[in-house]
Amino acid sequence: MEFQTVVFYFLSTILVLAALGVVLARHPIHAVLYLVLAFFNAGGIWLLLSAEFLAISLVMVYVGAVMVLFLFVVMMLDIDFARLREGFWSYLPVGAVLGVLLAFEMILVLGGPYFGLDAMPAPEAVAASHSNTRELGKVLYTEYAYPFELAAFVLLVAMVAAVSLTLRKRRASKYIDPNTQLAAHREGRVELVKMAAEKEEPDPTAASGADKVVGQ
Amino acid sequence: MNFVVPDLYQASAEIFIAVMVLVLMLATAFARRVARDLAYMLAQFSLIAAIFITLSTLDTQPSVTFGHMFVSDLLGGLLKLMVYSSMIVALLYGRSYLADRKLDRPEYYLLALLMTLGMMVMITSNHMLTLYIGLEMMSLALYALVAFDRDSARSTEAGMKYFILGALASGLLLYGMSMLYGATGTLELLGVASAVKMQAANVPVLLFGLVFIVAGVSFKLGVVPFHMWVPDVYQGAPTPVTLILASVPKLAAFAMAWRLLAWGLFGLSAHWQSMLMFVAAASIILGNLAALAQHDLKRMLAYSGISHMGFMLLGLLAGVVDGDTHHALDAYSSAMFYAVAYVLMSLAAFGMIVLLSRAGFDAGQIDDFKGLNRRSPWFAALMMFVMFSMAGIPFFVGFFAKLAVLQAVVAAGYYWLAGVAVVMSVIGAFYYLRVVKFMYFDEPVDNSPLRAPVDLRLMLSANGLAVAVLGIMPQALMALCEHAMLSSF
Repeated sequence: MEFQTVVFYFLSTILVLAALGVVLARHPIHAVLYLVLAFFNAGGIWLLLSAEFLAISLVMVYVGAVMVLFLFVVMMLDIDFARLREGFWSYLPVGAVLGVLLAFEMILVLGGPYFGLDAMPAPEAVAASHSNTRELGKVLYTEYAYPFELAAFVLLVAMVAAVSLTLRKRRASKYIDPNTQLAAHREGRVELVKMAAEKEEPDPTAASGADKVVGQ
Repeated sequence: MNFVVPDLYQASAEIFIAVMVLVLMLATAFARRVARDLAYMLAQFSLIAAIFITLSTLDTQPSVTFGHMFVSDLLGGLLKLMVYSSMIVALLYGRSYLADRKLDRPEYYLLALLMTLGMMVMITSNHMLTLYIGLEMMSLALYALVAFDRDSARSTEAGMKYFILGALASGLLLYGMSMLYGATGTLELLGVASAVKMQAANVPVLLFGLVFIVAGVSFKLGVVPFHMWVPDVYQGAPTPVTLILASVPKLAAFAMAWRLLAWGLFGLSAHWQSMLMFVAAASIILGNLAALAQHDLKRMLAYSGISHMGFMLLGLLAGVVDGDTHHALDAYSSAMFYAVAYVLMSLAAFGMIVLLSRAGFDAGQIDDFKGLNRRSPWFAALMMFVMFSMAGIPFFVGFFAKLAVLQAVVAAGYYWLAGVAVVMSVIGAFYYLRVVKFMYFDEPVDNSPLRAPVDLRLMLSANGLAVAVLGIMPQALMALCEHAMLSSF
């Protein structure tokens, strides 16, 4: 067996196990950590395919930024684990039957002759000077300029959606707009109400209504 | 690699809307007091201007650009025009409702425009990559819009449900696309079509991908067995959002289904037609039966929408019989006519709910329509038009839509399917007529006069009348659909 094949099977085994771990882990933190492991191994497989740029960006962007952020979010969330697992056993039989059936069908198609080496011959090996990054850069801004720009708009949608669903004016903040402060004047704040003089009653509670100042 | 500089002129409507999204975002960020009105005005202006741009760039000959990713044809142009106009109507209907509930934040209009952009991309895509990106742009904006009333538990729950199920459906669709790519070696739909025709690809792998593609498309159309989200999301979302959700995306979903199945996978039509046959029959049966039991008008319309989408699929699945493509044109244009007619009726029906609602009161229940004739004979008559049309009673637009679709099914020889559809729409007529009975023969629960702005009343009247007028003269719209289909197919 070639060295590359050994590496491929090594990485793939860990990848599949890690992916199973994401689904089966009892604790979300562990699930996130398994996902990080899965990303690392997927990056390794991409390296084998000489897609260095994608491999590095997968590790840098997903593992370095997205998953760490995700980890913080999961840690900060107060998740009720007992409620999450509620109904697991009652759904299991149906889910297991369907899952096994689906897996069986997928193995029939994907494990069959359609994706073997004779159906899909290996691509020609590229020269050592071949740069994956350069190739990507060439098509990203030319051939794929349209979907590239659209993907930027999808990110914009996500940003706008996140802001519009979560941003709230902080009530506790003591900040006052200087504009409204400067625009304030006496007439806007104080209103003098003319009233007929009232005689003092023996009841002390009635005395308070004499000179009424209405604030804004 | 031979790079061809893309012809930006063909995509000028998309570019215009994209620029207007940015303009709207910046303008509303700096306009403080008038941000709400400004956002509404700018959104409406962009949509109206886009109508003119699309009209002036309309191509009778299909042409592709952006490295075959973007196709500009009459069908796409026509569907885009429908998207703009129904979006204009939907934004106009929703405005007073949102203002009453302090929901008319500028982001609402921003997301609506971004959603429009996503739908335009879907409609004009000739590439699975752009199709998927357009779909995600539309869906992400819709998820946020459904959860827009963030202080309401129902709205948030509906948004969450829609998001999770929608993400699952996107995953299915993407998996199917990757299978097609593996089997044909191209993501371009016309390339897939020719690869399938040459039998160069492995049929079992193609079928495997096709199953996932049909599942993803069915989810976006909201048909059985991928319909579970529809009633809950329709009910939970703020009514103006339900109004958008129940109308405009159906056009884009039709375009997606048509482009993927009838364009890219035309060679496999025997296979996807039999899948859609089950989906359509199940949707028509379940949608109509479940709608009978509903007291909430939004839920009732959701189930009725499921059955209507089933009817639309009847048109798509009747295209090819035993390799005979004679009826394909008629069948596909009847499906398109159905989608357009449904959007028109759905806008009017949800518009009526908005009309009867006021600050602090949602007219979501069927009981709220009791005695509408006493309160406003005109709008009761319009609602009657819409209900009759949805039930498929002659001579409203819904009748001709159903007729065209059934003709296509009968021409293809699926008599049992036509029989199921006819029987179920007779049963379905009951719940539409119940609304009419409530409006005309029951005592009103509250007698308060309708308090809706003039523009809403005028547009709703025009919309209701269009349902009636197009029912008397459906030929023009029908001919337009056929012409578009003919020039793009």
